[in-house]
Amino acid sequence: MSEILVLVDHVDGAVRKPTLELLTLARRLGEPSAVFIGDASQGADTLAKHGAEKIYVVDDAEIKPYLVAPKAEALQQLVEKTGAAAVLIPSSAEGKEIAGRLAIKIGSGVITDAVDITSDGGTPVATQSVFAGNFTVTGKVTKGTPIITVKPNSAAPEEVGAAGTQEQVSVTISDAAKTAKVIKSEPRKATGRPELTEAAIVVSGGRGTGGDFAPVEGFADALGAAVGASRAAVDSGWMPHAFQVGQTGKTVSPQLYVAAGISGAIQHRAGMQTSKTIVAINKDEEAPLFELVDFGVVGDLHKVLPAATEAVNARKG
Amino acid sequence: MNIVVCVKYVPDATADRQFESDNTVDRVGVDGLLSELDEYAVEQALQLREKREGEDIEITALCVGPEKAVDAIRKALQMGADKGVHVVDDAIAGSDSVATSLVLAKAREKIGAEKKVDLVMTGMASTDASMSVIPAMLAERLELPQVTFASVVESQGEVFRVRRDGDTATEIVEGRLPMVLSVTDQTGEARYPSFKGIMAAKKKPLETWALSDIGVEADQVGLSASWTAVEGTEARPPRTQGEIVTDEDGSGATALVDFLASKKFI
Repeated sequence: MSEILVLVDHVDGAVRKPTLELLTLARRLGEPSAVFIGDASQGADTLAKHGAEKIYVVDDAEIKPYLVAPKAEALQQLVEKTGAAAVLIPSSAEGKEIAGRLAIKIGSGVITDAVDITSDGGTPVATQSVFAGNFTVTGKVTKGTPIITVKPNSAAPEEVGAAGTQEQVSVTISDAAKTAKVIKSEPRKATGRPELTEAAIVVSGGRGTGGDFAPVEGFADALGAAVGASRAAVDSGWMPHAFQVGQTGKTVSPQLYVAAGISGAIQHRAGMQTSKTIVAINKDEEAPLFELVDFGVVGDLHKVLPAATEAVNARKG
Repeated sequence: MNIVVCVKYVPDATADRQFESDNTVDRVGVDGLLSELDEYAVEQALQLREKREGEDIEITALCVGPEKAVDAIRKALQMGADKGVHVVDDAIAGSDSVATSLVLAKAREKIGAEKKVDLVMTGMASTDASMSVIPAMLAERLELPQVTFASVVESQGEVFRVRRDGDTATEIVEGRLPMVLSVTDQTGEARYPSFKGIMAAKKKPLETWALSDIGVEADQVGLSASWTAVEGTEARPPRTQGEIVTDEDGSGATALVDFLASKKFI
C-alpha cells in the first residue's frame, strides 16, 4: 500500500482534531503516515489510535522559530525519502502556505480547502465548496505527488488502531528558510467553549448585538456551542478576529448555525452557507440572511435569546 | 524603495458567479473588479509611503489577467499607485496557482531588472479562488522571506515586523527587505479614489507585457499546463426558506426552542 503523509497540526504537542479527520481520509487512499514536527511524545498514541501506521518525528529546534518555510522543506525531504503517494495538510492559513511552497519545491499540483476526499483507484479526488458555497467542485492533481489541504469537519475521525511506529527523522533546513522569524508567540486564551471550526453548533452575533455579546454567549453555552461573530462585530472591536465567520475569517459548516443580529452579506454567507441547519434572529424582517434559513425569528435578539436560553436550560432540567 | 503590489481582477462576489463549459471561472460574462482583499495591499503600500515621508518610494501595481483586468490596475492607480504593469496573453487563461505564481515571479524579475524591487505585496487571498497560496509560492520562487497574513505592519529601515493572527496563537513575525508581504483585511479600510486621483491615474504609465516579454513559454501556463484539473462543477441547490415567525411577547423564543427540539438539537 502506498504511503500517504499527513502533516500533524498540534498545539504544544496536543494533536488537534482536524488531523484525526485527515488520518481517516488518508486511509481511503493508502496507508497513513503522520508527520509530526515537534515533540511527539504526547500525541503519538492519539495518532496511532486514529490510523497512523508510521509517525515521522521531526523534532528540530531550528524549525520552530521560523515561519512556514522550514516546515515545507522538512515535508519535501520526507516526500522524497518515502515516495509518498499524496500529502494531506490541515487547511489553516499556515497549512495552505506550507502546501503552496511544497508544490513549487516538488513540482506537484496543489488543491486547497477540500471538504471531502475520495479515491479513484488510489488517486485522490477532492471536493471543494466555492463561490461562497454556491458551487461544489471536484478536482484532481494531475502532476507530481498530490498535495491537498483539508478543512476541519470534513470527516468523522475513526478509531482503528494502527501501529504508530515512530521514526526520528533529521532534516536539513536551509538558511533561505530561516529569513522570516517568529519573535513572539502568544497562544490564544482558551474560552472553555468548542473550537469554532470544529463545533457541531455555532451561535454568532453581529451588528444587531450593539456590542453586547452576553445573550449570544449565554445561548451558545446553553446549547454547548461555539461563539462566532460577523465582520461588523469584529471591526467594531466587540470580538477578536479569531471569532470572525466569513470570507476573511473562519468558514464553518456545523450541524446548526444560529445567526443573531447578522444581516447576511455575501462575505458572511461565504463562511456559513454550507451549515446543515440555519437559524436567524433579526429585528429587520428584510435581512437577506432570512432567505437561507430553516427557521427565522423576526425580533430583538436581546429579548429572544435570553428567553430561549432559559427555555433550553429548563428543558435540560 | 521599490514596491510591487500584485492585484487580481476577479468576478464581482456580489454578482451571479458562474463557471465556463471547460470548468474555468467565467471572467467575461460577469462584471469584474479589483479583488477587495488586494485593495488592502494597495492601501498598506500607500500608507507605508506616507509614513516614510522623504524616502523615494515607488509603487507598481502588477496584474496578470485578461484584457478587462486592466480595470484592477486602474483602480490601484486611482488609489495612488504610480505605475501599472499588465501581463496579458491568451495562453494564460485557465492557469492554476502554480502557473500564475510563475508569471508573477517572472514579471517581478523584469520589473527588478530596471530597478531593484524591495517589497512584493499582496492581499491575504483572492475573493474568487481564495487559495491564499500565491504569496507563499512567490516567496518560494523568488527565494525571499515570507512575511504573510499581516494584520498590523510596522517597519523601521529594512526591518519589517508584523502581527499574524493564527488559528491558535498571535505571532509577531520579523523579516528584512527584500521580502514578500501579504496583508489581511484587518490592516485597515482601503481608501476610495479621490476625484483628483481618478484624473491623475489617466496620465500614469501603464505597460502591457506578453509572456514572451518576461521569458515564459506558452506551454508553461494555461489550462493545459495546469497541475490540477477540475473534474466537475455543480451549483449547490438553493436553500429553501423555512418558517419565519415574528416575536410577540416571548412567542419567538418559544417557537425557536420548539424548532431546535424538533431537530434534536436540545
